[in-house]
Amino acid sequence: MKETLQRIKENALTAIRNTDTELEQIRIQYLGKKGELTSVLRGMGVLSPEERPIIGQLANEVRAEIEAALSEKAAMVNQKALEEKLKAEKIDVTLPTTVSRMGHLHPLTQVQRSIEDIFIGMGFSIAEGPEVEYDYYNFQALNIPENHPARDTQDTFYITDNILLRSQTSPVQVRTMEKQKPPIRVISPGRVYRSDAVDATHSPLFHQIEGLVVDKGITMSDFKGMMETFAQQFFGSDTKLRFRPHHFPFTEPSAEIDVSCFVCGGKGCRVCKNEGWIEILGAGMVHPFVLSNCGIDPNVYSGFAFGMGIERIAMKQYGIDDMRLLYENDVRFLEQF
Amino acid sequence: MNLSKNWLADFVDIQDIPTKEYCDRMTDTGSKVEGYEDLGEDIENVVVARILKITPHENSDHLQICQVDIGNGKTVQIVTGAQNVFEGAIVPAAIPIAKLPGDIVIKAGKLRGVPSDGMLCSMGELNLTEHDMPGKEPNGILILDESFADKIGQDIRDALMLKDTVVEFEITSNRPDCLSVIGLARETAVSFNQPLKLHTPKVNGVDDGDKIDRYLSVQVEAPDLCYRYMARVVKNVKIQPSPLWLRMRLRASGVRPINNIVDITNYVMLEYGQPMHAFDYSCLTGSSIVVRRALENENFRSLDDQDHTLSSDMLVIADQERAVALAGVMGGANSEITDTTSTVVFESACFNGASVRVTAKKNGMRTESSARFEKGLDPENCYGALERACELIELLGAGDVIRDQIDVYPAKKEGVVLPFDVNAINTFLGTNLSSAEMKTILEALEIKIEGNRLIPPSFRADLACMNDIAEEIARIYGYNKIESTKLHGETTSGGRTPKQQFEVDVEHCMCGMGLNQVQTFSFISPKFYDKIRLPADSDLRKSVVISNPLGEDTSVMRTTALPSLLEVLTRNYNFNNDDVSLFEIATVYIPTGKNTLPCENKTLVAGMYGNCDFYAIKGVCENILKLASITNVKYRSDDANPSYHPGRCADVYVGDQKIGIIGQVHPLVMKNYGIDTAVYAAELDFDAIFALRAAEKLYKPLPKFPATTRDFSFVCEESLEVGTIEEEMKKAGGKLVEGIILFDIYRGPQVGENKKSVSMRVTLRASDRTLTVEEAEKTGSKILAALNKAFDITLRA
Repeated sequence: MKETLQRIKENALTAIRNTDTELEQIRIQYLGKKGELTSVLRGMGVLSPEERPIIGQLANEVRAEIEAALSEKAAMVNQKALEEKLKAEKIDVTLPTTVSRMGHLHPLTQVQRSIEDIFIGMGFSIAEGPEVEYDYYNFQALNIPENHPARDTQDTFYITDNILLRSQTSPVQVRTMEKQKPPIRVISPGRVYRSDAVDATHSPLFHQIEGLVVDKGITMSDFKGMMETFAQQFFGSDTKLRFRPHHFPFTEPSAEIDVSCFVCGGKGCRVCKNEGWIEILGAGMVHPFVLSNCGIDPNVYSGFAFGMGIERIAMKQYGIDDMRLLYENDVRFLEQF
Repeated sequence: MNLSKNWLADFVDIQDIPTKEYCDRMTDTGSKVEGYEDLGEDIENVVVARILKITPHENSDHLQICQVDIGNGKTVQIVTGAQNVFEGAIVPAAIPIAKLPGDIVIKAGKLRGVPSDGMLCSMGELNLTEHDMPGKEPNGILILDESFADKIGQDIRDALMLKDTVVEFEITSNRPDCLSVIGLARETAVSFNQPLKLHTPKVNGVDDGDKIDRYLSVQVEAPDLCYRYMARVVKNVKIQPSPLWLRMRLRASGVRPINNIVDITNYVMLEYGQPMHAFDYSCLTGSSIVVRRALENENFRSLDDQDHTLSSDMLVIADQERAVALAGVMGGANSEITDTTSTVVFESACFNGASVRVTAKKNGMRTESSARFEKGLDPENCYGALERACELIELLGAGDVIRDQIDVYPAKKEGVVLPFDVNAINTFLGTNLSSAEMKTILEALEIKIEGNRLIPPSFRADLACMNDIAEEIARIYGYNKIESTKLHGETTSGGRTPKQQFEVDVEHCMCGMGLNQVQTFSFISPKFYDKIRLPADSDLRKSVVISNPLGEDTSVMRTTALPSLLEVLTRNYNFNNDDVSLFEIATVYIPTGKNTLPCENKTLVAGMYGNCDFYAIKGVCENILKLASITNVKYRSDDANPSYHPGRCADVYVGDQKIGIIGQVHPLVMKNYGIDTAVYAAELDFDAIFALRAAEKLYKPLPKFPATTRDFSFVCEESLEVGTIEEEMKKAGGKLVEGIILFDIYRGPQVGENKKSVSMRVTLRASDRTLTVEEAEKTGSKILAALNKAFDITLRA
């Protein structure tokens, strides 16, 4: 019987070796209910009681060996099949995507949001106000009475004698100060209008972002410090600032602020017209007349205000040489940002 | 303001400072330099020369050969084509290699075979005009007079005083005093810590006992508009060109020389910042000057020969009968200085700035004079300027100045007094300057210090409060030397409001769906309303109208953003950009009344063409509403909106509130834009969506029990909307219906004409148990029964 078992084993293992597809038949042929090995075990009744455990053990060993060979071979076959399947599934990874293209925020929005985020981080909120505005808020409350020469620098669109398209975002500051008591930290971004014909550097509509800080004990040093913080966050930590005295009716002292050219670092290039500096901000300490116009006591409070043109910054930052591109909205332009 | 550095040198000694350094420092202290130009740089190797001998050219009947003395004992031969040369003439000669304006290089050469070692120059070739060189032939060679006889060989730029540096300043409106050489000299002196050498004019007057009141009386009838009026009379006037030095200073300052009297008024205006006027005395009727308001519709011809109709808010200088000048703006043609003028009245006056500004603007004649007056001038300056004008008359030998003068000064203004509080200024600026340091600056600016009081000079009307003084100190000390500090104080919360944040979220959501953001103008042409086929009586045609627009195409504030977006889509289409989808969160302006501000509403517009259809734009709308967690949305077909395709348009409702419209833009609208592709658009009320949004989101537990589905396929009329069927199914199925989706629509011969086959899958689920087959069947039957009853439709076999 030993020989029979040995033979069964060898036949089974040979059969397993020689097939990839008939493993199940082999299992049935040898290990099934009517299989060869099973038949041998059934015939163990003829053996002597001494032989029975020996042959029994041997038979179990043979079964285990065949089972192991079967499962090993099955694993191998599966592995091979998977490999072939994966190989067949190879694709051309250079084909274009089927997910729809992502849209782009307008470059002016991108610049505006980054400026907003810097000031929000410093505790500013965003104030909004009407674009069609009363003369009072756009001019008079800002220390620019009727027939003041400063009105010349901002050629204004009028609706009526008394209502105009705001020529600056400063009226929002006045409205804020009327509503809110210090401490005030707001920025007001938005559209402003001046009667300039469209060309590469002018547009009758453009965007400004202004800021206002009013509190007790605000100094010109604080004003300089905040402008530096902003400029270094926006233009890079190496940015230097140059403050030039200027005149705005609603601030005193007033300044124009240049930043060191963020393209050449101040060495001089096309973007900064070889000056090394780029004019970015108009700013100053809020004029005491403006504070009192808004019901804030200039003897108790002081503050500063600043404003910048978003188009100008976007154009300098992205190297856009024609302002009209910003309003033409050609997708080949928009998708570059 | 163009400042001649030669002129500046009369008042302050800064010759050793390089121009670039000068400009930088002036900018730093508040007089912003726009740029500078070195005059005469474009001329090289041109000298004063004398023509010794002229011989005809053998091969030409228009060329002449000149032997020219160019100084230092040198003679050269120059061939010229000019006919006005003669032996003995003093002329400018360009000696090779010479440079002339316009990058012209003069080299030695031959003209028709005869060697020519240079070129004789006309005034034009030296960039001079007839006004610079009065009485000289403009087309021929510039013939200089015998006063240049001792200058043979001299550089022409020295001989004609052409060398100067002109610095261009941008003067802010608060500093009219700096619209003058003296004003800028004062700023220069302070900025460079140099003494200011002011000159006090000295007028001798003619010693014949003549008195001005024999000639003239002055009445100021409008003292509110004329703060001071001074006049002097000059007799025996000889009108002639001004001397070279004066002409060249005017030229450098950008002013055209005319004649000695007019040049003196301009010279004094530039030097003192005080506009002057000169009248021909013989033209003044009634020996008097009246400063009065113009009569309504009074006629006036200005000296540039323009006719004006005046109104009673304008101030004129008049004689007994008529206006002879528009105060502070321009003189009249009727009293202009001419070659025959023999007696001159000089006016040096101070007028109300706002009045001059309005007058100049209304008459469309902004002049150097009005530009100064409108900023508010110092009445105290009238005297010095008038003295200086008369001094120049005597210096130039232009006439006899009568000794006394008329000075009507109705209300001399008291100077302001400001407190001098060193601590307050230091606290405000964040500086730590000593009292002495501040005093040095203030005194240099001619601000008088009396203990703790400050008295600004009369020409600094802009100094009116502590901030103004602080600025003076800061700008001279140096803005850039002030230390930067970090803001301290109470913390503020900051951040975006929920609505501002929602706008940011919507922008990102739109971009995520593949739409590009655009920015379009807020003002449009009223014709845009026709383009989108708005009915004639539409409320949207009532726009806020700009009274002084740049043009018709930007003349009204838009009430709808659709036309602007279609304009951009059209432009992209014409640029051959494929598959474009765009959006804008645009403000529209809805009028509320004539004297009130319009409502400024935000609208979200989106538009697309190319690889898209109605359902693409609908998806955009659905996702935005989903972003706002708005659920009860309905799309109701709208066949009546003239801007949209009647069969492909839906009003978007949230409950009973209409919040927008989506659809294919009407082909006739697109025809108006000149393109024939299908364009889809959405106009959504951004403010309404924000207001309706579910601000708080509540978690709903995930289902614990399995769902079961039932599919229904049925044939119905083509006109029956799937949305209607869906609503009916939802109603009939009750709360077990978790969702209904459409999975197929089929049209074809099998279902018949004007019919469609619709297949829908209903998901049923109970939150507290596994549904039994019976329950699911029962619900399915209810749904079928309801559909049958409502629409007479049955399951497809």
